[in-house]
Amino acid sequence: MMDSVVNALTTAFLILGVFFMLTGAIGLLRFPDFYTRLHATGKCDTLGEVLILLGCMIYTAYHGMPFVVFKLLCIIIFFFIANPTGTHAIVKAAYKTGVKPWRVGDERR
Amino acid sequence: MIEQVFLIIGLTIAATVLLSLYRAAVGPGVFNRVAAVNVIGTKVVVLLVIVQYIFKNPMFIDIAIAYAALNFIGTIIMSKYLERGEVCSQ
Amino acid sequence: MKRSVSAVVTFVIMYVFWLLISACLWAHHGIDYIRVVGGIICAGIVTAFSHKHRLLFTGEEENVLIKTMRFMLYAPWLLWQIALANFDVAYRVLHPEMPINPQVIEFDTTLTGDISRTTLANSITLTPGTITIEVKGSRFRVHAIADKPAEALTVDQTMQKKVAHVFME
Repeated sequence: MMDSVVNALTTAFLILGVFFMLTGAIGLLRFPDFYTRLHATGKCDTLGEVLILLGCMIYTAYHGMPFVVFKLLCIIIFFFIANPTGTHAIVKAAYKTGVKPWRVGDERR
Repeated sequence: MIEQVFLIIGLTIAATVLLSLYRAAVGPGVFNRVAAVNVIGTKVVVLLVIVQYIFKNPMFIDIAIAYAALNFIGTIIMSKYLERGEVCSQ
Repeated sequence: MKRSVSAVVTFVIMYVFWLLISACLWAHHGIDYIRVVGGIICAGIVTAFSHKHRLLFTGEEENVLIKTMRFMLYAPWLLWQIALANFDVAYRVLHPEMPINPQVIEFDTTLTGDISRTTLANSITLTPGTITIEVKGSRFRVHAIADKPAEALTVDQTMQKKVAHVFME
């Protein structure tokens, strides 16, 4: 009984995480400009990855491997700090080198 | 039952990597390509954790930690070089 | 803090982290002495390179306990904003018309410390519709994706007030 509850919870977290990752990748293809594409990936990738890793943490905590839970927690905390910082570094380099933002009415770049 | 779920999730993430590869190949200019490579590195970290549950081998997660750190450092150094023209300014 | 105390604290934290990641004291076939000695060497090398650039225990801050507790209360609000941000971006990506209206805005803040400015920049990147482009002194340059998130940042200023409350400035 507890087995099926844990399985259902893990599946729910995994499917929600994969939905956000797919949205991030589709946004990378669809948006018309560099800055808007980084909006899509910088936010959706972070949350999608955290949800997938939370699902894996629940699965592992039930099946009893305590060190894997700690290592997954390390990846999650590192990812919350590292992904926005990497996005900001790319955007700062692009703005200083002169990539112009897109306005409504321009063509796709 | 849960093994099929992990397998399907892993294949979906691999399809997402293929979608980002289009932006890495086409994207006009170098910044689109740097952003796409960062995205691919992120998804590879998640894929390594999922592969650990498919093959039931607990050694993949150490590789995932190391690759997450490597991807972050690579992105930061690449954008520093594109901004200034050199990496260490001393 | 003096140099020697900060070096010892760094070494202890690195060694505890090594023990938890390599799991050498709790292995199935007894204590693995190679990993224990290897941990001492690796933690020693990391401490020798980096104990001068003190990140957390700088010894010149006050009221660390109150700031930590207020940060623990700030984190759930931030997680809720992250969830809202992602549903907003998902709506804009999957809509057949793509309703976006990108603009670049600038504003000033009153925060002075390094950690509080970094927290504000990270929070702006993680919340609905805005990305920090540049931080120069106390002037923030932000790229917004539509009108509503841009107004929430310049007119309401909820996030600046909350970060100022956490770091007591």
